[in-house]
Amino acid sequence: MTFLRFALRRVAEMAATLLAASFVIFGALYLAPGNPASFLLSGRSASPEAMKAINEQYHLNDPFWEQYLRWLGQVVHGDFGRSIEYRTPVSTLLGSRLPSTLMLVAMALLLVVVIGLALGWIGAVRGGMTDSSILVTTTLAVGTPSFVAAVLLQGLFSVKLGWFPSSGSGTGFAGMLWHLTLPAIALALYLIGMLARVTRSTMLEAMGHEHVTVARSRGVPERQVIHRHVFRNTLGTVLTMGGLIVSTLLICTVLVETAFSVNGIGQLLDLSTTTKDFPVVQAVSLLIVGMFMTVNLVVDLLLPLVDPRVTLGTRGVSA
Amino acid sequence: MTDTPAGTPAADAATPETPNPETPTLEIQGLRLNLPGAARPVLAGVDLTVAARETVALVGESGSGKSLTSRSVLRLLPPGAATEGAVRVQGEDVLTMNAKQLRRLRTHTAAMIFQDPRAAINPLRRIGDFLTESLRLNADLPAAEATERAVRMLDAVGLGDRVLGQYPGQLSGGMLQRVVIAAALMGDPALILADEPTTALDVTTQAEVVGLLGDLRDQFGTALLFVTHDLGLAAAISDRVYVMYAGRIAETGPAEALFQRPRHPYTAALLRSTPHLDAPAGRLAAIEGRPPSLREELTGCPFAARCAFATQQCREELPPHLPVRGESSRLVACHHSEKLADQLAGSVTHD
Repeated sequence: MTFLRFALRRVAEMAATLLAASFVIFGALYLAPGNPASFLLSGRSASPEAMKAINEQYHLNDPFWEQYLRWLGQVVHGDFGRSIEYRTPVSTLLGSRLPSTLMLVAMALLLVVVIGLALGWIGAVRGGMTDSSILVTTTLAVGTPSFVAAVLLQGLFSVKLGWFPSSGSGTGFAGMLWHLTLPAIALALYLIGMLARVTRSTMLEAMGHEHVTVARSRGVPERQVIHRHVFRNTLGTVLTMGGLIVSTLLICTVLVETAFSVNGIGQLLDLSTTTKDFPVVQAVSLLIVGMFMTVNLVVDLLLPLVDPRVTLGTRGVSA
Repeated sequence: MTDTPAGTPAADAATPETPNPETPTLEIQGLRLNLPGAARPVLAGVDLTVAARETVALVGESGSGKSLTSRSVLRLLPPGAATEGAVRVQGEDVLTMNAKQLRRLRTHTAAMIFQDPRAAINPLRRIGDFLTESLRLNADLPAAEATERAVRMLDAVGLGDRVLGQYPGQLSGGMLQRVVIAAALMGDPALILADEPTTALDVTTQAEVVGLLGDLRDQFGTALLFVTHDLGLAAAISDRVYVMYAGRIAETGPAEALFQRPRHPYTAALLRSTPHLDAPAGRLAAIEGRPPSLREELTGCPFAARCAFATQQCREELPPHLPVRGESSRLVACHHSEKLADQLAGSVTHD
């Protein structure tokens, strides 16, 4: 019952936030220098008749509120307008580009979670030289921006070794997997280091709790002590981090997709910003905000399952 | 309940005063424990025995080594600790056990009750999981049987099976300490080590928990080593008492005799600094000075610096543990014990 009420309240909050975001996104284009009509003509001079036609087609002479409400009405019905650059409906454009981005984010997330947690676990449990070398490696990873990692990976694995393609998204599942491996690594590197360090320090802190000693004193095998009483207790922190990780991945796709020419929505956002293709910029921005909020909602709903001390709607500390 | 040969009625009948001298449930011999960075041993030759079904109190100030002594019985030692001597539980030396033997000891032979029940249970796991985990994970009992036993043990400590599905955060401190006691009984141990089990509880709950421990000891026939700084509690619950100071046993003997006629100046000083309900109100006599730090080496009697009766001999020679004349079950480590007997006994009587 409470779960349902909480979920409904959160969905309502999300709708309100999206509405506010839509206003900011739509309004931002009006604050940008120049007027939309000159963006559309992209510097070419046009006859007053042509100018008038454009203004009418895009309703540029209407008051701001009317324009916003008309756009919002269309967006609610899934119509994001037509792209100026590609001359196709924005929704078709997004539909064809979304799979690459989702695949890329999923691959990177898998790498981050598996490698990040494993490195953090090993560092915390083994200690000594293993821990020190993991610390050095993760420091390096955290200090490398994804576009630098992209260039290094391309240079080594595409140009020198020729194992992976240096650009493109590939077709079919296997093709995408092959094409997106390097971009996924470039995207994941920083976050692997981040998650490994957070996992390590949270586990070390959890090891100091008395209930861990108590479990040992009761004859619970060491492996199980670590699994059930140390790692288990870091999951709240890891899950909260997970929300941040997915958000960061979504944002960083813009850089990585551009570097590897992956035709996803990150690259689309980059291209359409340069070409002032504002219906596309608006749609992609709104989509990213929506995904960002969905991830946070999922984290908030999962947290009470991971930590019984957290009741829905509060974020507690995890021990 | 215990299946030790030492616990059989025949052994009890043979020597009524000191039951089963052959195999005590716990026998610590010459236990020394060194920690890196400490100038003197944290435990400097501790001898202690607990017979089957016997309740023994280990009394001392913070830092006297009483908790370390009890923890060493389960080999829960701080990192870098080096030990000498022997800690035998039912005749087997804990300090030389392999990992498997040690797990068996911890699951079935000796169990510890910790000071703060709220810190002792993982807040993210249900009580039922806590109670049954060591039996299940060591594959000693199938889950269903372990849960069945958990229900019986919860009943023994006065809790219903409803708590099995609850989280620690949903129970009070007193209930949690009952859960911890039930957990200690899960493996049917021969020995329970209670490390200040009432310190973190409020006064009424303390009395309940002490009463419960006494009942369970009788019901399940376990031996009990009760570690406390509370002399009143020690006197109320135990058959024999060990008084510990700076990693050594200062004095030991039957509870009543030891508290009526202390033979070590430290025991007498501790008794004087304990509040009594029947005594006239007034300032309590605090013991002057403080316990020796781990950074200083000790020569002679460790209590000499704080002792009103200390002589040159006390500062130079470590007093051996000698039996008290006429009381064979008492040992005291004081050069002047004989001489001070009447004076010490007089100093703790209240009238």
